[in-house]
Amino acid sequence: METMRERFFDVTGDLLDHDPRIALLLADISADPFAEAARRHPDRVVNVGIREQLLIGAAGGMALTGMRPIAHTFASFLVERPFEQVKLDLEHQGVGALLVSAAGSYDWPAGGRTHMAPGDIALLDTLPGWTVHVPGHPDEAETLLRHAAADGDRKVYVRLSNHRNATARPITPGRFLTLREGRRGVVLAVGPMLDAVLDATEGLDVTVLYAATVRPFDAAGLRAALGGRPDVVLVEPYLAGTSANEAHEALADRAHRVLGLGVPREEHRHYGSIPEHLAAYGLDATGLRERITAYLW
Amino acid sequence: MTTAETTPQTSEHLYGFGDLPGLMARMTGDEKHGPAATSTLDALWVLYDRVLRVSPATATRIDRDRFLLSKGHGPMAYYAVLAAKGFLDPEILASFGAYDSPLGHHPDRLLVPGAEISSGSLGHGLPLAVGTALGLRAQGLSDPAVWVLIGDAEFDEGSNHEALAFAGSAGLERLHVIAVDNSSATHGWRGGIASRFEAEGWSAVTVDGRDHQALYEAYTRPHPGRPHAVVARVEPKNS
Repeated sequence: METMRERFFDVTGDLLDHDPRIALLLADISADPFAEAARRHPDRVVNVGIREQLLIGAAGGMALTGMRPIAHTFASFLVERPFEQVKLDLEHQGVGALLVSAAGSYDWPAGGRTHMAPGDIALLDTLPGWTVHVPGHPDEAETLLRHAAADGDRKVYVRLSNHRNATARPITPGRFLTLREGRRGVVLAVGPMLDAVLDATEGLDVTVLYAATVRPFDAAGLRAALGGRPDVVLVEPYLAGTSANEAHEALADRAHRVLGLGVPREEHRHYGSIPEHLAAYGLDATGLRERITAYLW
Repeated sequence: MTTAETTPQTSEHLYGFGDLPGLMARMTGDEKHGPAATSTLDALWVLYDRVLRVSPATATRIDRDRFLLSKGHGPMAYYAVLAAKGFLDPEILASFGAYDSPLGHHPDRLLVPGAEISSGSLGHGLPLAVGTALGLRAQGLSDPAVWVLIGDAEFDEGSNHEALAFAGSAGLERLHVIAVDNSSATHGWRGGIASRFEAEGWSAVTVDGRDHQALYEAYTRPHPGRPHAVVARVEPKNS
């Protein structure tokens, strides 16, 4: 089954062919699949080696000359390791870039903690002005990547995962999509969590919203979906509660409840597979149904 | 980068090197970084006065030369040179560090006319300069030069070494480093700073950082196919 990351390789190659402002910066990760693009565009596909501070610093420098840089590696090394570069070499310089990560939370469980960055979006939340896309399917990834590449000079983070939904949804960048309507509260599924949320809520009288963009947070979309029952369950494929503050702000004018489900903060010292980790985190359909019903009923 | 709309272009060339101490004296409140400021004075002046092809009139042109002050500590010499060269109004120097001043104790490119980058946290300028050189090259602009000034203590930051190793390997010919060495690095650099650049394929030269002619010759030395580093040695910070 095609991954979002594989689609990213194809889309980026096409963007490089058609938009001279686009440059791709790599730090060894994914260098092989971009080898052909690098041959076609030797000055716009740059692999700096295993140097992630330079990856982001160089992206900032290219943006200062008017380019639209795309920087890509695993989330641990794209956001966490060079976080001061993200803060100072992009935002503080007043320039934008497109950061595209892979292997964010639990994509490579056998790789262990060093290759898990469930806090990436929470970290970006400490900075102003980031757009964050979390697609759940390769088609959505393509839509969001093309939108982000053309999104002026904005700072955009696209989080690609090997965990994906079976089918793509007709998303609009920045907007939540209503998939089911019910009366006992709203369950907001983010990106790859959708299939498990749909299974978990089968037959339950709840609204299911789908988010492939979480920043800016579609506060109007959430408010419109609430009806008379201001109870919200967030199901995010990264650190639990990352969007809780956004949900609270969206509902600040009324009494409400928010439950944030996602990857736990505690380090989970097990290897194995993605399904095993989702089950251990309570993010499979069984675990979600149990927690959602306990909260809303 | 912003430009000084209100500064008359005729102010350029009205100031000479001898005016810089007077301009710097207008700035008070960051005396702890006084040695850091004066260490860069000659290197900055020679660069802006004789080498760098940028003026207030060309400060937003894509093909301008660029100077990135990485060592943002003690920016008084930098602000004085920018004022002397007409990028900013000398009248604002006295506001240094005040709430509404564009002139902080570390420069902010969104506030300081003529400043190419915001700096302060050490080790960010050289990676940004590498990206700037890459960006210009990718747009077919092979003429503009990119200069970045670092300090010998700033050189401790590992991000510099990521950038200099890559730049040497990539042969970024339009990239230039001025490393002002006032012996302030806690553990020093055995074999000298220039040896680190040379080991990564750079052209490198070490000169007296107070000797204007030596600085000029070092800045303008040909370095085909390689980036170029000028180590400007000045009196030790704690002498």
